[in-house]
Amino acid sequence: MAAYKPVVVQACPKLGEKITQDTLYWRGYKTPVQIKEFGAVNKIDFSPVPPYNYAVTASSRIHIYGRYSQEPIKTFSRFRDTAYCATYRDDGRLLAAGCEDGIVRLFDIGGKAPLRQFEGRSKPVHVVGFLSDKYRIFSGGDDYSSHLWDIPSATEIISYSEHTDYVRCGCASKVNADVFITGSYDHTVKLFDARAKSSVMTIEHGHPVESVLLFPSGGLLVSAGGRYVKVWDVLKGGQLLVSLKNHHKTVTCLCLNSSGQRLLSGSLDRHVKIYSTTSYKVVHSFNYATSILSLALSPEDETIVVGMTNGVLNVKHRKPEEKNEKSQKKRQPAYRTYVKGRTYMPKQEDFCVSKPVKRVLRKYDKLLRGFQSSKALDAVLEPPIMLHTPEVTVAVMQELHRRGTLRSALAGRDEKQVNLLLTFVARRVIEPRFTPVLVTVADMITDIYQPVVGQSAIVDKQFLKLQEAIGKEIDYQEELLEVLGMMDTLFATFTKKKDTCLEENKSNGLTEMIKTNRNY
Amino acid sequence: RRCPRGLRLPRDARAPSAGMTAFPPCRYLLCALGDFVKVYSVSTEETLRLMGGHADLVTGIQLNPHNHMQLYSSSLDGTIKLWDFMDGIPIKTFTVGSKLLALYTPASAEDSAFVVIPKKGERDTFQLVSVKLTKGAGQNVEAKELSVVLDDVGASMKHIAFGREGAYVVSVKDVNLQVYFFKRKLLNRFSLSTVKTKGGDNHFSCVVCHPTEDCIATGHADGKIRLWRNFHHKKEYTYSTLHWHHDIVMDLAFSMEGTRLLSGGVESVLVQWHNESSCQKDFLPRLGSPIEYISMSSDGALCCTLHTDNRITIINSNLRFSRSIQGLIKSRDVKTGLVVDPRTKALVLNGEPGHLQFYSLQSDQQLFSLDIVQRQYIHQAGLKQSDLVKVAFSARGTWLATVEESEEVTDPELQLKLWFYSEETQSFQLNTRINTPHDNHITDMCFRDMDELGDDSLILVTAGRDCVFKVWVMVEDTDPEAQQSVSWSCDFVGSYHNYQATNCCFSEDGSLLAVSFEETVTLWDSLTWDLKCTFCHPPGNIRNICFGRLTCSKYLIGATDYGFLCCWNLLTCALEWSAHLNVVVLQPDPLSEHIAAVSWLSKESSLFVFKPNEPRPVYIQRNLCKEKILLAAFVPRDEPEIISSEKYLWLRKSQLFFLTDTQELMTLSTKSLEERLTPSSKQLAVEESLPVTPFSLLLGKHRRQQAQEDVDLGKPVVHNKQEQASPAVKELLHTPAHVLPSASFLCTIFINSLLISKENKSAEEVADEVEMESEKAEDDSDEEDVTEMEQEDTSHMELLGETTCKLSKSQEKELRKIRKMDYSWISAF
Repeated sequence: MAAYKPVVVQACPKLGEKITQDTLYWRGYKTPVQIKEFGAVNKIDFSPVPPYNYAVTASSRIHIYGRYSQEPIKTFSRFRDTAYCATYRDDGRLLAAGCEDGIVRLFDIGGKAPLRQFEGRSKPVHVVGFLSDKYRIFSGGDDYSSHLWDIPSATEIISYSEHTDYVRCGCASKVNADVFITGSYDHTVKLFDARAKSSVMTIEHGHPVESVLLFPSGGLLVSAGGRYVKVWDVLKGGQLLVSLKNHHKTVTCLCLNSSGQRLLSGSLDRHVKIYSTTSYKVVHSFNYATSILSLALSPEDETIVVGMTNGVLNVKHRKPEEKNEKSQKKRQPAYRTYVKGRTYMPKQEDFCVSKPVKRVLRKYDKLLRGFQSSKALDAVLEPPIMLHTPEVTVAVMQELHRRGTLRSALAGRDEKQVNLLLTFVARRVIEPRFTPVLVTVADMITDIYQPVVGQSAIVDKQFLKLQEAIGKEIDYQEELLEVLGMMDTLFATFTKKKDTCLEENKSNGLTEMIKTNRNY
Repeated sequence: RRCPRGLRLPRDARAPSAGMTAFPPCRYLLCALGDFVKVYSVSTEETLRLMGGHADLVTGIQLNPHNHMQLYSSSLDGTIKLWDFMDGIPIKTFTVGSKLLALYTPASAEDSAFVVIPKKGERDTFQLVSVKLTKGAGQNVEAKELSVVLDDVGASMKHIAFGREGAYVVSVKDVNLQVYFFKRKLLNRFSLSTVKTKGGDNHFSCVVCHPTEDCIATGHADGKIRLWRNFHHKKEYTYSTLHWHHDIVMDLAFSMEGTRLLSGGVESVLVQWHNESSCQKDFLPRLGSPIEYISMSSDGALCCTLHTDNRITIINSNLRFSRSIQGLIKSRDVKTGLVVDPRTKALVLNGEPGHLQFYSLQSDQQLFSLDIVQRQYIHQAGLKQSDLVKVAFSARGTWLATVEESEEVTDPELQLKLWFYSEETQSFQLNTRINTPHDNHITDMCFRDMDELGDDSLILVTAGRDCVFKVWVMVEDTDPEAQQSVSWSCDFVGSYHNYQATNCCFSEDGSLLAVSFEETVTLWDSLTWDLKCTFCHPPGNIRNICFGRLTCSKYLIGATDYGFLCCWNLLTCALEWSAHLNVVVLQPDPLSEHIAAVSWLSKESSLFVFKPNEPRPVYIQRNLCKEKILLAAFVPRDEPEIISSEKYLWLRKSQLFFLTDTQELMTLSTKSLEERLTPSSKQLAVEESLPVTPFSLLLGKHRRQQAQEDVDLGKPVVHNKQEQASPAVKELLHTPAHVLPSASFLCTIFINSLLISKENKSAEEVADEVEMESEKAEDDSDEEDVTEMEQEDTSHMELLGETTCKLSKSQEKELRKIRKMDYSWISAF
């Protein structure tokens, strides 16, 4: 005697992206907060010390935002022209920024007026950074050269004019206080040592370099330019490790997450891609409304801030960790009952009788076991099942159809239930995996409720919706068939004799023709 | 020397088993199967005896009401046989003369039985007659004293029932019920309306009588059960109705006291009605297949149901499923063909709906049933069920591919499933499920059999009516987090001029794939999937194809619709020979070059066995059987059989089995039927048949004592020892499990009881035993011994000359002590 077999719910393999740990992690952000800036946001920098404020450089201002503030908590506006690249020092107390007028300004976080101004350049300064000894600043700009400044004396220490085009990005090593790199539109990334008179290393990126990044260990260098993100091994003399081509427009910014396990890149194609730094595969990607110019990730990955070309600042906060402990505790039995009997060790003479495992059946299965067709259908038409697991609803409908009781289960329902049914059918009938079953269901519903059409406005509306959905689908399929026909023609033209096995019979005449043509 | 028709394995479910009866202590179950009566042990489900002797179908079996060791059986060959089923010997044969369709032996009838025979001169009319079973000497007795009891009765066993103490007999036919009272010689007829009202159908399907009251229960075609009372009066009779079944009531049975009524039908649910009221009922659902017969054991402790698929279910009196006896399950339609499981050498075919049965040919038992469809089967007429249609095993049996489809024409719901044999669970586990592998029905499926290359090269090919064949390969999943490492996916789709693909077959080395497309056979290279060449033999579609084996591997054999058997040479790409033969089945032997072809011509099947390299057949058997043979399979033998006759040399390595359209499984055998049957018919020990009563226990004790006395008297030792050992084992086996001590404790006793102790080996050892016995007697005086020794020790100094002798004595004593210890150790057990 066999036990009742529950209805088999066809599990469909999920097409498209797989749910991995990464997708779960990166999806764990709230809906973004949009803040309008005055111009294109060219730099976002997080303060390395709590409370992790961030400086946003846009137009001729630098705004400092708090973690959850939508209004800037501080503004530096002493710029005559567009400001560039506001960067925090390691201790978070000083801020340096370049400007269109060629002056590099150094601000105290508390003050308003610049502490120092490094002058002497007429061309705009696009990149500014602190070396890791905190007392020196490097800068680069449209004068093709990079400079090193001493903060206390506000004087230039050394100047390198090796690039042959605008310098647009740079980065200081965290390991060595003398090393910094700059990337330029001359397709190169150059590594400088403050102790040497000229560049130590030159890396050919192949495209105008928009952003460079050094790994915390200092061993790996990432450069972005054109559609490419390239990773170089500095210790091996600038050997190319990987070249990533995942964007379809220029990559504008790079960023590492706090653990250094993931690399983020933003691009003009409105995407932020997240790579694993071990496999260099894209593990997740974000979609934004407009082209991305700058990108920053707060320590602990709490916040992702993205700046766009249209001056919108997009801020995403991580959702707080969900705590379901309370609800779980309720379900668990008391400790006493839980432990009861568990610790008993059977003695040698004891005869063990295994208790048969109690099978738990779903509600619809219980009803189907008792041949209660209508009730079983009711059970799967409940909103939670219908919305989240439509495959269960469809599986039960199919089972009822197999048993020949689907018609009687569908019949005799009131306006509300018919409305519910029709909503479900109209919504799901176009899904290929449900189509065969739901078409029969739709047929039956129209058959059964034909006589009462016109009596209820709601039901009539649903019928029209169903008609519309099916009509749309038919149009869509027609278009697809047209495309398929075109592609077939193209493929047939390209098919060579060698690999005709697939299409051999269909294209037999055609290939022969091609062959004869070639012979001539 | 050989049996021309082969052995018909007992698979015939046509057999009525109304006589299925359990012996009082519920030990045996008797069942009529085909021409045989089978005796099963209820406790072990084993077939104890197969009683053959009737020349035609056995139609009824009844226990002799006056001697429960005897059995009456009736057959279509016109004889009633009286059997001693303990020994399986026929005691008497009564020849009646005409076909016997049913047999009844009510206890009240002293020396007569009631049989149903066809009425002379009229077709399809039957009458119930009583036959005088004379007590004449001799084995064969003519029983010609017939007296008609009832006219115009139903031909089935279920249509007649004898009432309380045989006072009346009830017969039902169509919508009429007749009751005949023997004492009053009164015949009452009742009829129901023939009009089929809304869902109602009053036709009778079966009848039973209450064992203690005047009450008749009848089953009807619309699922109603009617309980008739007061039928002594022609007018004032009453009946009440019980209705649960939605389809015909197949059989009814009253419990011994008559308080419970069991009914069963197509729903395969056994319903138990209490006190003849419709509100109190219990169900035993999902018995697997429609219930055909219900039978109660004579002590009422067990009940069995016989199902349409040739299975017997034994059910406890509290309506709990106890066990089932099943051989080859009869399925509605064997669509899968006969396939041999390479692992177990079992025959694999459709079993229960949606299941695949593994049937062991050696033991006539179902090894296991694999649920393929995994869906609740609804036993209801007119439903479109889905069932298994194709099965294929990989060469080593590690992979199993199954195809299931539903009967619906528009949407066959095709599913291709691939199962992997898991060594841990020792069963097949679903690996991949492919929905709609083809757009239309799958016609054939085969694995590439390559033993030496291992599973990596495994390829599955399916041919479909949607004009393509598809090649499926194993794909390793690179994702380490995935649950399984391999899955199957489609690798190649091939077609030929938009013809339907009908058959596919790999050559022995796996390099070539032959796919037949209607009239044409195409050959494909299995590496590049290039079309190599085509063969055809117009007119007529290709029905079967197969490659030759071993030395004949360069040949391809094909059979066409128009009755041609063709052999193509693959090297020359030309037709080697062809023969005019309407081949239904073409089956190559996997272990030799031989190919068996079964033809169907003018209502008889003939068998031809040939080698592809010679057009002359090796063996021809015309008129193999009257039924159409649909399927055949070569089952490899465990060890080659020694066959002297050259004619049957092809049967040396494997055995050929056939399945006919009536689902009878047959085989060709060089041995006669009797030879094959002997090993199975063991002698039933009389002792075992005795029920365990307090008296028998007493008797047993007495016997044991006697046996021990025998030992004392010095009767042959070996024999007695066995007698002594057996009670210990028996006690162990007969004690109820819940009072037994733990197995680890019993184990030593059991093993020791099996040991042949030393005493039996030689007379010396017997003497030893005696010595030990005497020592045991000395045991009490042990202390005295010690004191004696002390005394001796004191005198030791004085008598130096005797020391050596004395020492040896003390040594001897010590040795004895050791022996004593040994003995006590043994006696502990």
